[in-house]
Amino acid sequence: MAFTPRIGVYICHCGINISASVDIEAVTAFAASLPAVIIARDYTYMCSDPGQALIKEDIEQLKLNRVVVASCSPRMHEPTFRAAVASAGLNPYCFEMANIREQCSWVHPGSEATTQKAMDLIASAVAKAAHLQPLITRQVEVSPSALVIGGGIAGLQAALDIAEAGFQVTLVERAEQPGGHAAQLHTTFPYMQPARELLRPLMERVDAHPRIEVMLSAEVEEIKGFVGNFEASVRQSEEMRTVSAGSIVIATGFEVFDAHIKKEFGYGLYPQVITTLDFELLSAQNLQVNGHSPRKVVFIQCVGSRDQSLGNPYCSRVCCMVAARQAKWVRQRLPEAEVTIFYMDVRAFGKGFEEFYDQVRTCGVIYRRGNPSEILRQGEHLLVRAEDTLLGEVVEVEADLVVLALGMVPRQDSAALASLLKLSRSADGFFMEAHPKLRPVDTSVAGVFLAGCCQGPKDIADSISQARGAAAAAMIPLLRGQVQVEAATAYVEEELCAGCGQCAQVCTYGALRLHPVRNVMTVNQVLCQGCGACASACPSGAVTVSHFTFTQTMAQLEVLLNGSNHQRKQELLPTASLMAK
Amino acid sequence: MPDNNHFEPRIVAFLCNWCTYTGADLAGTSRLQYPPNVRIIRTMCSSSVDPVYVLKPLLDGADGVLIGGCHPGDCHYQTGNYKTRRRYVAMQEILRASGFDPRRVWLRWISASEGQKFADTITDMVASLKEMGPNPMQVAWAI
Repeated sequence: MAFTPRIGVYICHCGINISASVDIEAVTAFAASLPAVIIARDYTYMCSDPGQALIKEDIEQLKLNRVVVASCSPRMHEPTFRAAVASAGLNPYCFEMANIREQCSWVHPGSEATTQKAMDLIASAVAKAAHLQPLITRQVEVSPSALVIGGGIAGLQAALDIAEAGFQVTLVERAEQPGGHAAQLHTTFPYMQPARELLRPLMERVDAHPRIEVMLSAEVEEIKGFVGNFEASVRQSEEMRTVSAGSIVIATGFEVFDAHIKKEFGYGLYPQVITTLDFELLSAQNLQVNGHSPRKVVFIQCVGSRDQSLGNPYCSRVCCMVAARQAKWVRQRLPEAEVTIFYMDVRAFGKGFEEFYDQVRTCGVIYRRGNPSEILRQGEHLLVRAEDTLLGEVVEVEADLVVLALGMVPRQDSAALASLLKLSRSADGFFMEAHPKLRPVDTSVAGVFLAGCCQGPKDIADSISQARGAAAAAMIPLLRGQVQVEAATAYVEEELCAGCGQCAQVCTYGALRLHPVRNVMTVNQVLCQGCGACASACPSGAVTVSHFTFTQTMAQLEVLLNGSNHQRKQELLPTASLMAK
Repeated sequence: MPDNNHFEPRIVAFLCNWCTYTGADLAGTSRLQYPPNVRIIRTMCSSSVDPVYVLKPLLDGADGVLIGGCHPGDCHYQTGNYKTRRRYVAMQEILRASGFDPRRVWLRWISASEGQKFADTITDMVASLKEMGPNPMQVAWAI
């Protein structure tokens, strides 16, 4: 018996996120009129339990065999709805989404044109749905191990958590010693704890752990494979080693902004101008300038952060509290010293930060709102010139020590690592999470997770939080023992294939081979990643990628360009000849 | 002479799942506004865009076709976008030879973080197509 699509269309209001600019009633009526559509419904939140129940009931009662949900991006809720239709007994690949939120209601004002666009996107999804084929998802075994790249405080914590859960971890650190930037700190805010008290126990536990192998002075040069079975080539002093891992945590950290770039502050020119990082080293010894204790200390905030002219518009999130902590330290050790902090805004957002900021002000540190424009030499001293934006006048403050509160910048080599793993980077150059709110430790690559400052500036507490989050997420495939591999792969219709091999030429993964006997191309389903380069290269239309087929795309184009009125109803069904290439 | 100011171009966009489609989503999450003239079709990789996918909408009267992929070097499938780039150059010749203005077909590299670039691209493309006027195929079919 010929297959007849029976499609259900479900239109989501997303609260008012969609319904505010799209006429849901009109769209639902339109969807109901589309060919092969048995039912069209709308609901406030389709992804909610009652929303999903609507779909499941209809699949069972109306014998739907294809489902379209018009709501958010498939990158958001495709897994949710695939699971929902699967629980009602439908193959998860018999589901299609129309993205009418991110790509419609959120980017256009409420208007007829916006509603028309939503209708077109739904018609396109329905046209595709009529041609969807059930696919079999395959499972592969997972290598029960993880690779952590970067041995700073985030990487150490992530490695420790994964190892504690019972998995083998390889920790690759580029430097000769682990610890990262935290190892350069003297004390931490807001509780004035020595940094080594936090870091040392962590390093010792990692070092002694039977399931963690730490590779120092080592670099990852190549990563192959996919979630469950990554293979990394790691170079350690002229020697190459292959490390297999089920998941990967990236914890490569940041670089400190180079103070030389801000020429007006004379870093490297005036010996009395130091950075917050230099201060850590000095305070570990004893704070001395030219052989005596400084009497007038000026801190300058936001050096390298919140600076459009440098292309660093973001806040580095730690410098306000670092400067406050160092200022407090000066006031405690040198009660005679006058301490001034020039700031734009004080950001004391963390737990205990505001209280700490109050303490610092109470202990006599002077906060002046303004961004210094230059530092001049005046005899043995320096003169910091700034506009006090609260007084609205130019002020000059004498100093025998100026401390620049440096921001964080992405590592220079982050582009190389991004390219190695095909990760996205945000506009600021830090690695991009899969979703800014809902998937803060995931990347767009399955099985690769982010921890610490490689994703954006953060303090130690936040780095640890993210590291533990990333470790937990990285353990999901490891604990499961199996992962689903891409079911939407290529296949060859042997009757059409001439064995010319053009598909094999464009395949990055070597997934296509000429069959020695049948003289047609064959696809290795394990190697194929489903990109579709082969399908568009085939001159005879013999290669197809499941779930993104030529027929499906042509059906989408047909309704988008020529509409989907009822006269065309027959043509849209899979039996119609216009779909044939 | 058609009144180009009141003409609303129809654009079909093929966006790769990993970069440009996600960039278009980011334009949404950032609530950036752009003209509603584009209909997006998600593809896994820009390299899977068959030349027929470009010719079919143009023959059917679409005013423009946009292909969006990852920046060179950033392709999720290593080298897919290089293949797209080569094919695009060849396609421009075919379009010219078959009487289409090749400026109706755009190839743009838009990453997952470039929501603004996506919105700007659509805005620019709509403006540019308005200047060019409707796809002559619309008239051709009418006769």
